[in-house]
Amino acid sequence: MTQLLEIRDLRKRFGGLTAVHDISFTIDVGETVGLLGPNGSGKTTVLNMISGLLPASGGAILLNGEKIVGMAAHRIAVRGVARTFQLVRVLPSMSVAENVEAAAAFGPEKLWGAAVRGKALACLDRVGLGGRENEMTAELTYIDQKRLELARALASDPRLLLLDEWLAGLNPTELATGIELISDLKRDGMTVLLVEHVMDAIRALCGRCVVMNAGRKIADGETGNVLSEPEVVRAYLGESHA
Amino acid sequence: MNGRLALVFAVALVALAALAFAPFYLGRYQIGLLIGLTGYVTLASAWALFSGPTRYVSLATVAFFGIGAYTVAALNEVLPYPLVLAAAAAIGLAVALVVGLSTLRLAGVYFVIFTFGLAELVRQLVTWYEVNVTGTLGRYIFMSFGPEQIYWQLLALMTITLLISWWIGRNRLGLALKVIGDDEVVATHCGIDIARTKLALFALSAVIITLVGAIQAPRWTYVEPGIVFNPTLSFLTLIMALLGGANRLWGPALGAVPLFLLFEWLSARFPDHYSIILGLLFILIVFVLPGGVAAFAERTFGQRKPDPQTYGAESALSRDTADARR
Repeated sequence: MTQLLEIRDLRKRFGGLTAVHDISFTIDVGETVGLLGPNGSGKTTVLNMISGLLPASGGAILLNGEKIVGMAAHRIAVRGVARTFQLVRVLPSMSVAENVEAAAAFGPEKLWGAAVRGKALACLDRVGLGGRENEMTAELTYIDQKRLELARALASDPRLLLLDEWLAGLNPTELATGIELISDLKRDGMTVLLVEHVMDAIRALCGRCVVMNAGRKIADGETGNVLSEPEVVRAYLGESHA
Repeated sequence: MNGRLALVFAVALVALAALAFAPFYLGRYQIGLLIGLTGYVTLASAWALFSGPTRYVSLATVAFFGIGAYTVAALNEVLPYPLVLAAAAAIGLAVALVVGLSTLRLAGVYFVIFTFGLAELVRQLVTWYEVNVTGTLGRYIFMSFGPEQIYWQLLALMTITLLISWWIGRNRLGLALKVIGDDEVVATHCGIDIARTKLALFALSAVIITLVGAIQAPRWTYVEPGIVFNPTLSFLTLIMALLGGANRLWGPALGAVPLFLLFEWLSARFPDHYSIILGLLFILIVFVLPGGVAAFAERTFGQRKPDPQTYGAESALSRDTADARR
């Protein structure tokens, strides 16, 4: 398999606190990797450093062999990294279609006119928002806002998709739909890094998992094995369960 | 070009022609009014060019306006007029780039305060320079042309400003600005270079504002920092754009025309209480028409676009409520 993302000794300090402590892992093309860990273990910080939202304090991030650490977020986006956010971020004053057009217009292809519209509609179709392009974003339900965020991420033709708790807060039916949606992307060959707490989703989607605790990597391997490792169980459930 | 657009262009062209010929039929006082009107429509439109979509509320209008006026005052006897205008635009551009690079990372109220301080700083710098270096505070501007020429120049600048604004609104740049106004984090993750986009628009807006100051300068004959760096101009521009609607092409003009005429009347009628009334009006407009007249009209008389956008606060609010649902 070809390596798409390589993270080497990645570190993030906020003042005296080291939120991410020399993390290293890789993701191959077409892989879906889960990034797990208790709250506050530094998962979102890792994601933020990959997408360029936060500068790293040390270490390297390579996308297809190119160093992207220290690059501005928009330049990383154009190189094929797209993401969703833990607290869903849609563009409230714009229509559903415009939300997605924003990504299609400034992504690697820089589409405009009919092409950008077509691309946006196709992405909306893909996440199950077909025919709703003229609705106002602020009026969408929570799951639909999440779908919209995913459509926007897809519109920039990502090589690597970062999903930050995209399945959190969904009811069981919505969750099943959500998992199905990500499975479809997987089948199409998308490479996904998934920060997630929903275990059913992790088992269904991730062949491999990286587990963090208190800023350090404590496990990395095939999902079934990783989830039963004593240190992982201890991190999630406490000493007595290990 | 579709039919409706062609009609709008035709109407605009006829209106422009009528405005261009107006000085031949009007007296000096009315021409003075037209100069004020076109000046403020241009200022408000230029202000909205940057501040409308990005929601960066700038109070630096008078800094650039004053720079334009002072450049003319300083250079009108040294250089031919077109070169004076070019010099004013270049100085405005240089200041805008320096200010933009250092401040566009500031968000919200900090940006507002900085721009307000900037205007004051420029005024103090010019005053200091005049007193300590040139030894005089005031300067005279003698031009060989009359108010009609000033008016025609402003009319041309206004037309160019509206055309730029129209062009940006239909362009990728317009979309980028809207996304930035909604959420800068999303914008940058969509691949938008937010720093460059904001800087470009801030500079463009500043150059136009500088030119308004430069073109209007000969109206004063005598110029000193207290006159051309009067902060009221920044507030008037802001309130006009807000009243009309800073996110619509015609919004700033819709606000500028009635407010300018109202201010003219008020300042003539109540010279002592003028600023109190101005303040009350400002409050009233923000409360009653937060999205401006243009958005209000669209909401009231049939909705063309699915865009009930109001200025600033409401969209932030809707994001908060979306977050709160988690």
